Amino acid sequence: MRCHRLAVGLGFCLLVGTALCALWVCVENWLPVSYIPYYLPCPEIFNMKLQYKGEKPFQPVAQSQYPQPKLLEQRRTELLTLTPWLAPIVSEGTFNPELLRHIYQPLNLTIGLTAFAVGKYTRFVKHFLESAERFFMHGYRVCYYIFTDDPTAIPRVPLAPGRLLSIIPIQRHSCWEEISTRRMETISQHIAERAHREVDYLFCVNVDMVFRNPWGPETLGDLVAAIHPRYYAVPRQQFPYERRHVSTAFVTDGEGDFYYGGAVFGGRVARVYEFTRGCHMAILADKANGIMATWQEESHLNRRFISHKPSKVLSPEYLWDDRKPQPAILKLIRFSTLDKDTNRLKS
Amino acid sequence: MDPRVAFGGSPHSAGFLSPRSPMLGSRRAEAGKAGREPDSLQVVKLSRMLYPQPKVLIPSRKDVLVLTPWLAPIIWEGTFNIDILNEQFRLQNATIGLTVFAIKKYVVFLKLFLETAEKHFMVGHRVNYYVFTDRPADVPHVPLRGGRQMVVLEVPASARWQDVSMRRMEMISSFCEQRFLREVDFLVCADVDMRFRDHVGVEILSPLFGTLHPGFYGASREAFTYERRPQSQAHIPRDQGDFYYMGAFFGGSVSEVYRLTKACHQAMVADWANGIEAVWHDESHLNRYLLDHKPTKVLSPEYMWDEQLLGWPAVLRKLRYVAVPKNHRAIRNR
Repeated sequence: MRCHRLAVGLGFCLLVGTALCALWVCVENWLPVSYIPYYLPCPEIFNMKLQYKGEKPFQPVAQSQYPQPKLLEQRRTELLTLTPWLAPIVSEGTFNPELLRHIYQPLNLTIGLTAFAVGKYTRFVKHFLESAERFFMHGYRVCYYIFTDDPTAIPRVPLAPGRLLSIIPIQRHSCWEEISTRRMETISQHIAERAHREVDYLFCVNVDMVFRNPWGPETLGDLVAAIHPRYYAVPRQQFPYERRHVSTAFVTDGEGDFYYGGAVFGGRVARVYEFTRGCHMAILADKANGIMATWQEESHLNRRFISHKPSKVLSPEYLWDDRKPQPAILKLIRFSTLDKDTNRLKS
Repeated sequence: MDPRVAFGGSPHSAGFLSPRSPMLGSRRAEAGKAGREPDSLQVVKLSRMLYPQPKVLIPSRKDVLVLTPWLAPIIWEGTFNIDILNEQFRLQNATIGLTVFAIKKYVVFLKLFLETAEKHFMVGHRVNYYVFTDRPADVPHVPLRGGRQMVVLEVPASARWQDVSMRRMEMISSFCEQRFLREVDFLVCADVDMRFRDHVGVEILSPLFGTLHPGFYGASREAFTYERRPQSQAHIPRDQGDFYYMGAFFGGSVSEVYRLTKACHQAMVADWANGIEAVWHDESHLNRYLLDHKPTKVLSPEYMWDEQLLGWPAVLRKLRYVAVPKNHRAIRNR
């Protein structure tokens, strides 16, 4: 009896298996054939999606009226507009803001902006944020990240829709050099923990500054640096690079493109992560050797920008020192320092 | 490559696999699986180099525009330092594909094209020549340098030369997924009845580039020979247009060239269905596409010239890629 049932059971399984195989073969043959030789004019079949994660294909630009670019214009002496490695140097007159708005607006980007307000520097936040609300990436989604040791001292500034403020508590350090050399580490940690999920591009700036004129999508790029306002007309031998061999920020005499300001840098969030991490590692190595670079993070930033060249450079319009008179070649100051008593603030 | 391995397995690695912004390691791993993409996120550390300092107050060229209004570089001699660019692209081990169509009698141009490409095109980098032809037996054997190879792809010929020209878009787009995605990082699509006369290198490489037509670089947009009939997909009204690009030299990353050629082919199919053929065929459609999708680099007429027709004006410091004189009536449709 048992053998008989076993046989029936096995037979049943075999039957079901065969039926399933037959069904599968049937279905496979019924599905339309997908191969068609390339040379037949059937464009519809070749609609494989080739989009890689994170990569945005170029969107068609809505047509807008704008004057034709003039290829053969004799130009009066102006600023250099292209670095030797073909990165644009952005200044007023090099770009059409309306056209860039048409290109970038549909991409639905979110731009992050970090600033550190530690100790007495919290007093700059109100003016900083108010000016950013007026001029920084107007019309885009923005995430402000204010790092501070005293969250209660951060004022509530009204923000336009689509713009958010995050106050991130950090530890207060003993001296201001320590505070400023920790920024690279803090930014890279913050990107890894949060910002990479929240923003597409990230700018890292000093808080004791204000936006005075539009700062828009002309500044967006893979890795963006800004030319320091005090050194744009100076030969490289006079750049205040770190000149001691023992430091990881050492730059030799014949090296260097521009002297970049530590107060402004940015780019695609993954590039900024890689950049700040690299600077932080170099700072740690110096620390282990008991050395601090001449201009702290700015020295390391400059070292790194020589071997990892920025894909876009901002003219001193985007990083100005209000104590200097505005030269004729700079048409529009967009972001500049507030005159302040630095000795008092750093105590 | 596991991104956590790339970043030393630190406690911060938890967020790396988020879809919003793939971190460095994960993007490279993806690229390896799905096809090669020029990885703009790849970390390339340049070695110490000595070269003159760029001067903020001294433009590299005062006589020409070197940056478009959408901040794409316009490549002229004097605007770039080739040593820096060569190192950036060598560190990425970039491979460049060069497509060329030698249909029917046009096979006679191949020898000079390939020999001069060996001397001037992307020297020092990995290059794959893709020669599309209906006469594979007539493809000349040209000795190639190390790191360079030639692939002959047999394709059918069309009767009319206009169709030969336009079918190129379709063939390039279909070969993008069949081969190019896996084999090269960048694609350059060139006409065969030309020769290289001077350096054409990595300075041209970017996600999408077009070349200024030598006959129109000084002209105003109303004079551009865009397709002006609204019935055509390539139509551009008289008050629009940045530049007039030449159909004989364009390129970019494989994915962007794929999108461009596919879009142009689909536009031509729509035109055929409506019984219209654009005035300059694939070039008209290319111009429409590049108006809507701005190129990330624009090549000056140094990269597309005809000395016999146009002489050698002072604004061109080099003539890099130039027309080979030919008898149009004898060579077309044969």
